[in-house]
Amino acid sequence: MNAPAEEPVSRPPDPAAFWQMRGISKRYGGVVALDGVDFACHPGAIHAILGENGAGKSTLIKIAAGVVQPSAGTLLLDGEAVTFAGPQDANAKGIVCIFQELSLMPDLSVADNISMADPPLRWGLIDHRAQRRRAEELLSKVGCDDVNPLELVKNLPLSRRQMVEIAKALGRNPRMLILDEATSALTAADVEKVYAILGELRAQGLAILYISHRMHEIEELADTCSVFRNGRHIETFAKGTRSDSEIVQLMIGREYTQVYPPKPQHETPPEPELEITGLTWGNRLADISLSVGKGEIVGLGGLDGQGQRELLLALFGVLRGVTGEVKVAGRRLRLTSPQFAKSSAVGIALIPEDRKSEGLLLPMSVRDNISMASISHFTRGLFIDRERQNAEIDEMVRRLSIKAGDVDDPVATLSGGNQQKVVIAKWLMTNARIVLLNDPTRGIDVGTKQEIYQLLRDLAAAGTAILFYTTDYDELIGCCDRVSIMYDGRIVRELEGEAINEENIVASALNLMLDDRSEVSSQAEEPA
Amino acid sequence: MSIQENMQGALQGALKSVDRPVVIAFGFIVVMLLAGSLYSSSFLSANYLLQQLQVAAFLGIIASGVMLVILLGHIDLSIPWLVTVGGMMSTAAAGWWGPEYAIPFGLFCGLVFGLINGLGVAILRVPSMIFTLGINAVAQGVMVLHTGGFAPQDHASETMRWLAVERSFLNIPNAVFIWAVIGIAVVILLKRTPLGRYIYAIGNQEGATFLSGVNTKAVLIACFAISGMCSAMAGVLLAGYSNKGYQAMGDPYLLPAIAAVVLGGTHILGGRGTYLGTVAGVILISLLQSILSVMQMPEAGRQIIYGCVIIGMLLVYGRGQRVQG
Amino acid sequence: MNDLKLRLGQNQGVILAIVVFFLMFTLYIANHPAGLTVPVVTTAANKAVLLALVAMAQTLPVLTGGLDLSVGMVFIMTNCLASSMVSGDPLQIAIGTAVVLLAGALAGLVNGVIVVYGRLQPIITTLATGAVYYGIALLLRPVPGGDVDEELADFMTYTVFEVVPTSLVVLLAAVLIIWLPFRNSVVGRGCYAVGSAEGAAYMTGVAIGRSKMAAYTLAGLLAGLAGLMLTFVTFSGEASAPIGGTYTLNSIAAVVIGGTSLYGGAGGAIGSIFGAFILRTIDDLLFVFDLPPLWQPLFQGVVLLVAVSLGAARVFQIRNRLELFK
Repeated sequence: MNAPAEEPVSRPPDPAAFWQMRGISKRYGGVVALDGVDFACHPGAIHAILGENGAGKSTLIKIAAGVVQPSAGTLLLDGEAVTFAGPQDANAKGIVCIFQELSLMPDLSVADNISMADPPLRWGLIDHRAQRRRAEELLSKVGCDDVNPLELVKNLPLSRRQMVEIAKALGRNPRMLILDEATSALTAADVEKVYAILGELRAQGLAILYISHRMHEIEELADTCSVFRNGRHIETFAKGTRSDSEIVQLMIGREYTQVYPPKPQHETPPEPELEITGLTWGNRLADISLSVGKGEIVGLGGLDGQGQRELLLALFGVLRGVTGEVKVAGRRLRLTSPQFAKSSAVGIALIPEDRKSEGLLLPMSVRDNISMASISHFTRGLFIDRERQNAEIDEMVRRLSIKAGDVDDPVATLSGGNQQKVVIAKWLMTNARIVLLNDPTRGIDVGTKQEIYQLLRDLAAAGTAILFYTTDYDELIGCCDRVSIMYDGRIVRELEGEAINEENIVASALNLMLDDRSEVSSQAEEPA
Repeated sequence: MSIQENMQGALQGALKSVDRPVVIAFGFIVVMLLAGSLYSSSFLSANYLLQQLQVAAFLGIIASGVMLVILLGHIDLSIPWLVTVGGMMSTAAAGWWGPEYAIPFGLFCGLVFGLINGLGVAILRVPSMIFTLGINAVAQGVMVLHTGGFAPQDHASETMRWLAVERSFLNIPNAVFIWAVIGIAVVILLKRTPLGRYIYAIGNQEGATFLSGVNTKAVLIACFAISGMCSAMAGVLLAGYSNKGYQAMGDPYLLPAIAAVVLGGTHILGGRGTYLGTVAGVILISLLQSILSVMQMPEAGRQIIYGCVIIGMLLVYGRGQRVQG
Repeated sequence: MNDLKLRLGQNQGVILAIVVFFLMFTLYIANHPAGLTVPVVTTAANKAVLLALVAMAQTLPVLTGGLDLSVGMVFIMTNCLASSMVSGDPLQIAIGTAVVLLAGALAGLVNGVIVVYGRLQPIITTLATGAVYYGIALLLRPVPGGDVDEELADFMTYTVFEVVPTSLVVLLAAVLIIWLPFRNSVVGRGCYAVGSAEGAAYMTGVAIGRSKMAAYTLAGLLAGLAGLMLTFVTFSGEASAPIGGTYTLNSIAAVVIGGTSLYGGAGGAIGSIFGAFILRTIDDLLFVFDLPPLWQPLFQGVVLLVAVSLGAARVFQIRNRLELFK
């Protein structure tokens, strides 16, 4: 067995477990997502899986649900080895997963979606009445009697869609149900319903794997918890045997593997470069005020999906109908398009969330990608001055030590970390004075992460203002001069200096007031 | 570095930038010529080849514009009647205001329709498939109205005839030079200008290009406008070639133009493709049509072979990815 | 009550098409010198049903997120086939009819196989197979001609019980026997699922390949039926590329006007039928209003352009510009 050296783990095969994973590893190219994981779960129990982003949780459930195949190791169902060629195989064996990205077809009705894979038939055709009855039953089981089964999925609000997804999963008669952040989009009332359903299913003898970032959910629900870190299964324990802080410690790891460049001490508060006052966008961003100084790195924190993405997009001119005031270097601006935002008069850059679909043009060369935002700088008359362009690109490749076989190779051939460097290089080429980053270190290796931290600090030292959204608490602590935590479209707390610590960040991200020493009190309600 | 090394490097670079579809397409051209020469030795004569190039030039000019649109991930189905607009409006202008207005006015009309295509696709975001179809119908309507109302002149001007028919230099048809000029312009556009870079970028991922701060609307509009002008230019030459502009003169060009672009390795969903490939595709299609007609293959057999060749070649190198979750 | 409202809301496009058609048709009849008589309706129906059937055919691939640029050519090919097979004694006629329909379905199946197993793009695939089918049509009928059983043709182009145009009955039969069962089958719903979100359909275990193949095959069958009907109307076969091209392009327009999304996943053949009726009635209206014939093509073009641009209203409501690119 390939147990991590620093952990005293040795779990004998568990005869009572109906689902076991033995020595499971998964590599994506050079990145190891799971490393020799042993894992078991039992019927009639809710098993919580904890871990930071990139700990390997989602790979674990993708393997269980048949979406990806492990690189090594065996899966055992009722003690017998099984392999899944696709999600249907796993479903047929009673393993049903509710994914974060929904597997619903938006143009079809709720009833159609619920019975998509195995509709009730009459004379060889779909029996709409039976299908509808079934949808009604399942919807009422999840407490969504208000959803008409004939409604199209695309017309439902996100929280209802999530409940439909749960109803759809229940319709498959699962033996093991996997929920991946299934409650992240739900309202408080819905969350209660989901708890009740899960309790009922547990009593019926289902095995439930539950993945959530919300600690209080886990306290309320789980019978057993397993902590993952860096692709390894660290420890499994019964609920109540570990304190919250112990759990957090297990998740983060005892030793800090990430080394951050030192933060400079500002004698005087830096001159503000970006000032936002009362920024509002529909019901997604509410009255946001924030400032980022020259040479300052300001972190944006909070649970995923609390409006951080929208805030960055608003500042980059992507959203229509944004109200409130934005000042850059003291000048009031109306940011109407990315083209304007990146212009030398404004000088904003955005490193977007999804580098594959928003940051990069994967089939195009590294060179073309790096120059994409700054071609106009090298254009003489009608033509691109390729010599100057190439010289600057080569310089940038050196500066960020981008490892590419050839700058003319498609950027798709690079590793994730180097791809992210290409996105950053693209925007450094514009000499932006304000850099917005949307979770730039997600899914990249530790070495590259450290290079990115150093780079951000160097940029700041050269006077760039940086607004840095990350889902990794550690980065907020290690990298940022100040941190603003968002919850439900507003900033609920601002932390500075010593107050930027794990406890404060976690607590305010959950909008809980664990900490009495907080300097900003907040009373944002649960999302309604 | 010695000159020899330099040359070697350049050669390697050139080979690397030529992709597989282009090589296969050119290989197929050679095979067709050799096979044709077995049938009749005239297939390898300079005169035959030049004649083929002259016919190919009309298709080549249309394909140049269509290629830009396809690179964006769009399609231009208004080609047939924009070709006709080019032919009929240029001859009409010659009659109204004098021969010197013929070509500029023909091109101008193509530009206007192209711009409307671009506006519909970029601003209204109507799928190009259906919007250009609508413009095709409108252009047809305008032409029908035009011929009916005024009994206009339909004779090509001297210049148009000269451009389309004459051979003034080295016995090479003038039409080929025009194609060459347009072709070189497109190559420079694609390789050397920001617009070219943005065209490929939009074809690959419009959202990411937009987030790079590119004015994607302007790029879309420009490409449809260029495509409209290219079609009109081909119409001008065709009118010169047959000495008059007439209705439906562009009808036979839609499918060959799209097929030529795709056979040359340009991806029908955009983002990938080289102009060299389009040249290969145009010559391939023209040659195929010519050989079939020299062999006195009836039209029926021509069409069947034509369709099968396209499918067969694409099955060799144009297949998509398997769907995954 | 609630259900009714929902269904109406979800079928807005179709309902709008139906309402517009009836308004236009009423206007046409009101201004027709002969008024609402059986011959007037029959003539209108015979023309409209041809395009309606081709538009139904086009709908199926479009629902899967694809396109069939060969429907017009399959229409022409089966017309030529029918002009030499559907005559003789009743048995020969029956066999001939079956062969014509099967030929259409086979043409569609070939499209489907190339798209699914060859993994070529539908646009270019059907562009190329369209050339092949046109070639076959020319092979069958190098010059216009041939014939068809006159009695049968007369019956098919006149009326049932001297009231209802037979062609409308044929169209209704196509809806009842082909479209509705398909729409309510697992495979048919798979077409909607694939067109709506191919990745999610895969995750849910929808048989993607089977659904697409079925869509293209049925498209061929419906185009074949249209070709058969054309033979009854013209009493002959003609391998005409312009007619094929016009029907292909008009079928796409009819599909869009009938409320089916070109991106797939939403819509249906009923809407396309009324889309086709609308396109045909425009012609008739221009005729009764004595619009100078020269203006007619332009007017048709502008109406088509405006109709397809109506969907743009949605674009101006989008508040996150990234959604424009999805």
